[in-house]
Amino acid sequence: MKIEVTQKSRPVLSAEKMAEIQGVISQFPEGKSKSAVIRILHIVEEEAGGWLSPDTMDMVAEILNIQPIEVYEVATFYTMFNLNPVGKYIFEVCRTGPCMLVGSDNIIEYIENKLDVKVGGTTADGMFTLKTAECLGACGYGPMLQCGKHYHEHLTPTKVDELIEACRKGEIKANF
Amino acid sequence: MGRKLLLEHIDVPGIETFDVYRKNGGYRSVEKALKTMSPEDVVEEVKKANLKGRGGAGFPTGLKWSFLAKPEGVPRYLLCNADESEPGTFKDRYLMEKIPHLLIEGMIVSSYALGSNLSYIYIRGEYMWVLEILEKAIAEAYAKGFLGKNILGSGFDLDLRVAPGGGAYICGEETALIESLEGKRGNPRIKPPFPAVKGLWGCPTVVNNVESLATVVPIINDGAEEYTKLGTDASNGTKLISACGNVTRGGVYEIELGISVEEFIYGDEWCRGIANNKKIKALVPGGSSVPILPAHLITKTAAGENRLMSYESLADGGFASGSMLGSGGFIVFDEDQCIVRNTWNFARFYAHESCGQCSPCREGTGWMEKVLHRLENGKGNMRDIELLADINKKIEGNTICPLGDAAAWPVAAAIRHFREEFEWHVTHPEDAVKGNYGLLKGITV
Ligand SMILES: Cc1cc2nc3c(=O)[nH]c(=O)nc-3n(C[C@H](O)[C@H](O)[C@H](O)COP(=O)(O)O)c2cc1C
Ligand code: SF4
Ligand code: FES
Repeated sequence: MKIEVTQKSRPVLSAEKMAEIQGVISQFPEGKSKSAVIRILHIVEEEAGGWLSPDTMDMVAEILNIQPIEVYEVATFYTMFNLNPVGKYIFEVCRTGPCMLVGSDNIIEYIENKLDVKVGGTTADGMFTLKTAECLGACGYGPMLQCGKHYHEHLTPTKVDELIEACRKGEIKANF
Repeated sequence: MGRKLLLEHIDVPGIETFDVYRKNGGYRSVEKALKTMSPEDVVEEVKKANLKGRGGAGFPTGLKWSFLAKPEGVPRYLLCNADESEPGTFKDRYLMEKIPHLLIEGMIVSSYALGSNLSYIYIRGEYMWVLEILEKAIAEAYAKGFLGKNILGSGFDLDLRVAPGGGAYICGEETALIESLEGKRGNPRIKPPFPAVKGLWGCPTVVNNVESLATVVPIINDGAEEYTKLGTDASNGTKLISACGNVTRGGVYEIELGISVEEFIYGDEWCRGIANNKKIKALVPGGSSVPILPAHLITKTAAGENRLMSYESLADGGFASGSMLGSGGFIVFDEDQCIVRNTWNFARFYAHESCGQCSPCREGTGWMEKVLHRLENGKGNMRDIELLADINKKIEGNTICPLGDAAAWPVAAAIRHFREEFEWHVTHPEDAVKGNYGLLKGITV
């Protein structure tokens, strides 16, 4: 399976999503709707298969009535936003000190070998993207990774195997 | 057994819901403050309680509040800093996830004290599920009349909202947080003007850590006099400590300030010692930015006194032989760990997280990372160690925000206390690439 990607990958937003976005905008005073940009980027990224194309960012600029550059400069600053296509699932393994002390390097290596992918890459079947992350606020429960909204903590090779299996079976929410 | 003020009810089933929280004494401080105290009274009480900011810098909260400018007709804002990204720190997440109403309660009382009618919780984007927990709890508080218009008939209005970040450590710095909340890149602002005068959307703003705001609740409930009975003379009350690294039982603990470091590391109630019965080698007691302590300075100060979990005792000896309580991110290293490797890891973190505005920080953190990387991999030389100290001096004090210092200090402290380990990496290049100094020195030195 190969992921289909075109530059014109602007997601089609349902009425519900549009309402959600309006709700986010309404959290800020009149004239301050630009403040909603980060949260809206999170929402549309999820709708767009886990990444932000220029076209998707332009759409956000239109929604907020700001210049496209104002969206690009935000999207490029924050590490959570993916500016290139990603796999169906993203594993973001924390690599920072406290996690390293309890073996995050081994977990990263294990995943690389198991999935035959390097950090930053996506598996050939488009299923998994492996990334590293800086401290995710779970230091006492490391090694850990984030997949979607969820944290997977106290990782061992067995737990990684189980997580991969759960993804393959579609038991976890995917990017697309 | 220390008294718990924040986490007392954490194990009560359903404490994340309004009803259970309320039944366990929740929202009393809102009733007390709004019905019987003036905003100034609340500020005064927090001042008297000597609450030091729990986000890392330890600045007195009451004093910060008293600096807030109050021009006529201009809105004021209270922002809760829930960006929590300092390596080793995971206490705010625990509090918000388990007992969200405590933060909301603290924010209502604090917003009342400051005259903020619209307050935000800025939470790191990775904590999206915690954001959802908070929003659910906020909706309950609205429904019960603790948020919205004319709260409890007091005439005080408050809207409380949550906004996520997008993954950037720097957004924990208060002016970067404000920029981010305005929908921009998280570039710290030059101070002055301080947020207390010109903050969110150019209006007077106070930024406080999650735990600081939650702590306002017991201070108002019990009164400053009761509160200050806990802790030491200079460190009052309790503090959340997030313990991690090579301890037997990592996690978030609420301690009474002033218990001994030894008790915290080895006590049954807390970390239960070093994992796998190893020996302790080093400790970073307050998040990755604070100086590392070698084994002989952990449970005793250089003067031979017992080291305590308090602002003053952890700092005893200054940078020469002390550290800081910081954010309470308590990182323990066992005997097998390599200090050079960890110093490099932290340097990489800061290089990655520098916002890039000032050259000393942008370039300096990058150089430190590169030099440490080659030392760690057996490709360094003795001059590199001096080079690190030199880069350090050029960053320190020459940047817009304290991230530059935060990056420089840990490197300086690591070299100060573990210089021989750095030198070993130069003199034993082949061993250095093989693995951890701690593991290898037994065989080769
Ligand atoms: C680089 C940097 C990162 C910071 N990160 C955080 C953070 O994640 N959480 C926090 O509460 N304070 C953080 N701070 C401190 C804040 O700037 C600010 O001092 C704090 O939120 C004030 O709250 P407090 O007085 O209640 O501690 C950071 C500071 C710097 C310089
Ligand atoms: S010190 Fe570093 S993080 Fe802070 S403003 Fe300068 S470049 Fe940005
Ligand atoms: S170091 Fe990995 S979660 Fe903090």
